[in-house]
Amino acid sequence: MAGLTLKQVTKQFGEHKAVDGLSLTVEPGEFVALLGPSGCGKTTMLRMLAGFEQVSGGEIHLGDQLLASEQHHVLPEQRNMAMVFQSYALWPHMSVADNVGYPLKLRGVRGADYQRRVEQALSLVALEPYAQRTPQDLSGGQRQRVALARCLVTDPSVVLLDEPLANLDRHLRASMEHSFADFHRRTEATMVYVTHDQSEAMALADRIAVMQAGKLVQWATPETLYREPRTSWVASFIGQGSQLMISTGAPGRRLGGNELMQGLASPAAQRHQAVLVRPEHIQVHPEAPSEQDLTARVERQTFRGERYEIHLRMQGGETLLAYHPHALKLGQQVALTLLEGWCLEPDQ
Amino acid sequence: MSPSLTQGSQHRWLLTLLTLTVVLLSLAPSLRLLVEALSDLTQGGNAPLWRVLQSASTWRALSHSLYTSGLGMLIALALGSLFAFVITLTDIRGKAWLVFCFMLPMMIPPQVTALSWLQLFGPASPLLKSIGMAPPLGSPQPLYSAEGITLLLGIQSAPLVFLALRTSLLSLPRELVEAARISGARQNQVWRHIVLPVTRSGLVAGSAMAFISSLGNFGIPAMLGIPAGYYVLPTLIYQRMASFGTGVLAEMAALSLLIGVLALAGVALQQHWMGRSRFGLVGHSGRAHDFSLGRFRALVTVLLVSVLLVILVAPLVALVVSSLVPAMGVPLNADTATLNAYHEVIGRQGATWRAMRNSFWLAGGAAVVLMLCSLPLAYRLQRLPARLQNLTLSIIELPYALPGVVLAIACILLFVRPLPIINVALYGTLGLIFVAYLARFLVVCLKPVSASLAQLDPSLEEAAQLAGAGPWRRLSTIVMPLIAPALFAGGLLVFLLAVNELTVSALLWSAGNETLGVLIFNLDEGGESVLASAVSVLVVLMVASLMLSLSLLAPRLPKGVVPWQG
Repeated sequence: MAGLTLKQVTKQFGEHKAVDGLSLTVEPGEFVALLGPSGCGKTTMLRMLAGFEQVSGGEIHLGDQLLASEQHHVLPEQRNMAMVFQSYALWPHMSVADNVGYPLKLRGVRGADYQRRVEQALSLVALEPYAQRTPQDLSGGQRQRVALARCLVTDPSVVLLDEPLANLDRHLRASMEHSFADFHRRTEATMVYVTHDQSEAMALADRIAVMQAGKLVQWATPETLYREPRTSWVASFIGQGSQLMISTGAPGRRLGGNELMQGLASPAAQRHQAVLVRPEHIQVHPEAPSEQDLTARVERQTFRGERYEIHLRMQGGETLLAYHPHALKLGQQVALTLLEGWCLEPDQ
Repeated sequence: MSPSLTQGSQHRWLLTLLTLTVVLLSLAPSLRLLVEALSDLTQGGNAPLWRVLQSASTWRALSHSLYTSGLGMLIALALGSLFAFVITLTDIRGKAWLVFCFMLPMMIPPQVTALSWLQLFGPASPLLKSIGMAPPLGSPQPLYSAEGITLLLGIQSAPLVFLALRTSLLSLPRELVEAARISGARQNQVWRHIVLPVTRSGLVAGSAMAFISSLGNFGIPAMLGIPAGYYVLPTLIYQRMASFGTGVLAEMAALSLLIGVLALAGVALQQHWMGRSRFGLVGHSGRAHDFSLGRFRALVTVLLVSVLLVILVAPLVALVVSSLVPAMGVPLNADTATLNAYHEVIGRQGATWRAMRNSFWLAGGAAVVLMLCSLPLAYRLQRLPARLQNLTLSIIELPYALPGVVLAIACILLFVRPLPIINVALYGTLGLIFVAYLARFLVVCLKPVSASLAQLDPSLEEAAQLAGAGPWRRLSTIVMPLIAPALFAGGLLVFLLAVNELTVSALLWSAGNETLGVLIFNLDEGGESVLASAVSVLVVLMVASLMLSLSLLAPRLPKGVVPWQG
């Protein structure tokens, strides 16, 4: 097990920079997610880690070993990494056991040792009864688990996962998320997980690298990312919330309720600072509001089981998202209390 | 370069070297031909190209070629589109069998087709004698004519139109038809307003293919035209070479250039229309459309079956009957029926065994060699930039796209002198035919392999690479097993085409080196129609069984590899 160090990694396809000066340090045993919308360069970054793409600039280190730079390229087969592909990439001409055992064969593992390790890997994903089946006979979730077993059979230094849940239905996703977390806990492997689904990344990763147009926008724990997103774009990409313009505060500052409400009361021309207000930080008072209150009109509401999502429009035209335990009347005027807000950097 | 790159680059260089070799070998005959045909142009009126262009026989043969191929194309168009529309669009029954039977004429070698039709007509036809319908002795054989050639060319190339149109029809999204139906169009309106316009380019492309194939056909005009003194370009070249030998090579090269240019213009036209037929159709495709024939179903079925009876069954029956009589002109009945011809060709005729052995060695050898080359070649090609890949594929396709006669002349030019350095003479040996087969059929083997490789999810190989498998290891343990059916199908197709090949070997054979195709041709020319029929029956049986075994492989192959399965 080893950590990964990325220094100013760049990948250029013709004129287009798919990955642009990305630097990261992944600790040994850490579970890291590369998160971003499609086309942000996260898959290209993963393929550079695996060695399928050469870097155009910068360096990738695994522990002390240089894996890739402009002049140097360690081939994928010599990197001791493993990968779960979006399509699983199970070889259709081999049985489940042969699929899992293939990396062992390449390392010269034979006989009883080979049998034991294949069985061990299959038992870790609870697939021992399926050892002699072919991949075509398995369901999507089972194929996914075979791919996982194949990854862990050789104790790779890094496990790469390329949108592994993209092809599964919603129900299966939840249970697979659980098995990934479990897998990581047991193997303590360094894992890099690529996804465009923020809830998946938040649920699984120790740290998340948010990418936009080839650049790293923020590199933080899920909690920090949720509570303190750096830019306006990250705030809109992660979690729910409303962005308002106010006249006080500075990027990277947390504002209390009073300061926030005062900043909001200033004339529009003076309000230059974007602030993120999460719905859990808005209190809605359905009883008739008084003159002094901050008011808004109920535009739309969605039943979510444990609560209603209330979409509000304020007098100035800004929209707000809040939660409320009961249904409200459409068009109803309500009073609002904002509890806190987080000041954002504008986007580049 | 870092040491970690060396293994990968050694592998890449070897494959690149193979690719370059193959490209050079594919290009060499055509280039040699071009040089020969354009040589001595400075001599003005005496240059071979000018002499050929001034000769009346050239223009007569050219007009014959255009007449027979053009009319043949129209017959192919009529037959091919009838079958393609009915089989692909409607709910007629027994589709698989109809397709198989309709495709069979394409795979039966032209000299056998010609021979079987000759057994069907004329005063000596054993079949007509047997049923008492033979015309009086001395009446002409109607097939020894331009129209006879045209008819057979049309039947032989109809499957090409069928295939192109069927592909086009199958790629027509079902939703397009359903949307028209829901808008209120009746079946025949859907056909006229939607299906026909969308598949028009498929029709044109198929017709162009039929035209090129007829233009290059040698077996049919040779067996039907030469007895009548009716020469087309390929038979003109054959006739000249047979009479004057290598002395007229320069002029033959010029003639070949003429057909070659015509054929390649046809190919360009066909590619252009093929490209246009893929106009970004979205939606689910690949399913037949199930137009209901209703009460006309029986009628349409009878129509298709009777067409097949005329173009396939009747000539084959005539062929079988001819192989069972003691001599031409004798009616077949319980007293005359004999297997003598079969005893003769299998037991006594040394030439038959020799020709069979030669053809099997040539075809089998070519299939094996080409199978060995195809996988690494396709693997390397797939990694080339798209434009370079297309260019390389076109070069490899050249020896197959050119008419066989042209390739044969080019190969003679290339090898008529002993090879330099090793000082081996290929001319007049089986080796020359073998080399020509390798050049001609490489693309036949390569195409299924390439198609299969393109369908392979690249992550399968990447997964093996991350697991620690080097390039050769990946090729042998991951790619090869997955491509194996396509590789095998490619080899089988090569064998099927090469074992019956006549056009190339007709010009390249020499005494003791005849092939199966040449044998049938020579037997018929020597008046041994009964023996020729017996050999032909064996050939048809072999073709049909090879086709059946390919059909059995079909479920494990990418779409379009087995031509007669959609």
